[in-house]
Amino acid sequence: MEWSALDLSLNLAFWTCVILLPLAVLVGRALAWNKFRGKAFVEAMVAVPLVLPPTVLGYYLILSLGETSSIGRFYEALTGHGLVFTFDGLLFASIIFNLPFAVQPMQRAFEAIPMNVREAAWCSGMSHWHTFWSIELPLAWTGILSALVLTFAHTLGEFGVVLMMGGNIPGETRTLSIAIYDRVQMFDFSSAGFMSAVLLSISVIAITFVYALGYRRQRHHA
Amino acid sequence: MHWVIDVSVTMPKLDSGLKVRVQQEKPVPLNSEIYCAPGELIVLIGPSGGGKTTLLRMIAGLANPAKGQISCDGEIWLDIEQGKSLSPQHRRIGYVFQDYALFPHMSAARNIEAALLHLPKSKRREKSSALIEMVNLSGLESRLPAQLSGGQRQRVALARALARDPKVLLMDEPFSAVDQVTRRKLQYELVQLRQRINLPIIIVTHDLNDAMLLADRIYAVSRGVTLQNGPPMELICCPDNVSVARLMNLQNIFEGRVIDHDEGKEITRIQWLGYELEVRLQKKHSPGATVDWAIPRSYIVLHRRHRPSQGERENPVHGVVGELTVMGENTVISMWVNGHQEQRLSLVVSSHVAQRNFLSVEADISVSLLQQGVHLMPQQAND
Repeated sequence: MEWSALDLSLNLAFWTCVILLPLAVLVGRALAWNKFRGKAFVEAMVAVPLVLPPTVLGYYLILSLGETSSIGRFYEALTGHGLVFTFDGLLFASIIFNLPFAVQPMQRAFEAIPMNVREAAWCSGMSHWHTFWSIELPLAWTGILSALVLTFAHTLGEFGVVLMMGGNIPGETRTLSIAIYDRVQMFDFSSAGFMSAVLLSISVIAITFVYALGYRRQRHHA
Repeated sequence: MHWVIDVSVTMPKLDSGLKVRVQQEKPVPLNSEIYCAPGELIVLIGPSGGGKTTLLRMIAGLANPAKGQISCDGEIWLDIEQGKSLSPQHRRIGYVFQDYALFPHMSAARNIEAALLHLPKSKRREKSSALIEMVNLSGLESRLPAQLSGGQRQRVALARALARDPKVLLMDEPFSAVDQVTRRKLQYELVQLRQRINLPIIIVTHDLNDAMLLADRIYAVSRGVTLQNGPPMELICCPDNVSVARLMNLQNIFEGRVIDHDEGKEITRIQWLGYELEVRLQKKHSPGATVDWAIPRSYIVLHRRHRPSQGERENPVHGVVGELTVMGENTVISMWVNGHQEQRLSLVVSSHVAQRNFLSVEADISVSLLQQGVHLMPQQAND
């Protein structure tokens, strides 16, 4: 068992969730209630990581975040180090490839709130901000929580993008799923088996939790 | 009980009450003017999709017309020409939505308190309790909307709408989601409530019974146009045109020709299917003009077969029973005038009267059209 890999995976998943939470709430809510030109394209862009081979996604991420790219240069000027093969770069990639997992459940959750409930809030004198906090968020929270759990579990399990973007640097970019791959390559099956069991348990617990939340939401709206 | 309110009398201040004037072509064509005095209850009636709900939403500030003005107690809520439009938050309206739109995650009491944010926290509980009591919901404060019946939800919605001390109360099909018994009860409570609040109240419905029961004045709205307004009986007896007559569910609408006016006898004579009918004097229709005329079913009197009476001399009309439908205590008869299937006169008699007179399909039948009930309307270019 490589504890540093587990630690890194959990760290990555945690920070991905922290950064994606406000971002996905914003995007999901906007997609749920606004009609605008090019909405289908925006939704498609959010969904693309679902179908794109991780290697392709990783390739474009390296291209757009690398030392020669404007984002990479800007980031280096800002922090003194580049994005490729670092934890920060991994985090950035993780946010991109988790977009659909975070945005889509949140979008569905906001879509499920009837328009006239929000209108009733405005007619009751609540500001848009107050409506968001005391009506929209409480009604959408199960969807938001599902999204976060999915994102968390999915980050732990991602392999291809992480390998492309982060490489395999112990303590910096070597996540649990990569450590497992490494161990199998070295015929260290007992270690790989243990780490796999850890990932499997986390995934099963997470998915069960998401389904349980779904039932709770159905009851709520019944 | 109808409170007939003469608008000219109840308008001491020109500013008081709600004034609405809106116009637009798209997405729903609208051309409406509405006035509602404080304490007055007006009902917008018309077919679904006729723009009634859109009008309410515009008053609430949830939608804006292309042109128009809305003001309440002298305060301008909307003036498109001046580029002014207050948000729903700033209009002080109470809005009861069609399906109530309660906040599903909040108890009845918290739903009401959510509309009391303008008060300090300590006062909110106090006021929501008073409102709960007013709408007869005591004991159910802590229930979630899903745990309340349709009627109880409507009461919560009403209490929430009144919580802000609104300047106008708007209700969209408030009785459509409840059963008949609850409907009567809620209507009774609303009539009671009216006496305690001095607000303009606007109700949207497609149910004529609701309108007749509650309205001081009815606005007939069709395709976004307010066609006519007046006390319920006025709209039934004297619709301005066939469209209004149809909205008021008048069954008997026919075409006739004005013969002449007799001011001495206070009658107008019209020609219809070979009959010369004497109707209440209506001089604005000149002799020779083709008119539409209507008569409410309650102004048609059946001639009893074996007991002729005085009234039979008043506009007697003959025909056969085309259809006869027993509906509990009443029987609805479709009479084919002069035996012609295309000229149907609809009338209602008590079921026992129908039995005693041996009324059945194809039986000969005679009726009188009471002078007072016949109303003449100018013919519309297209309908």
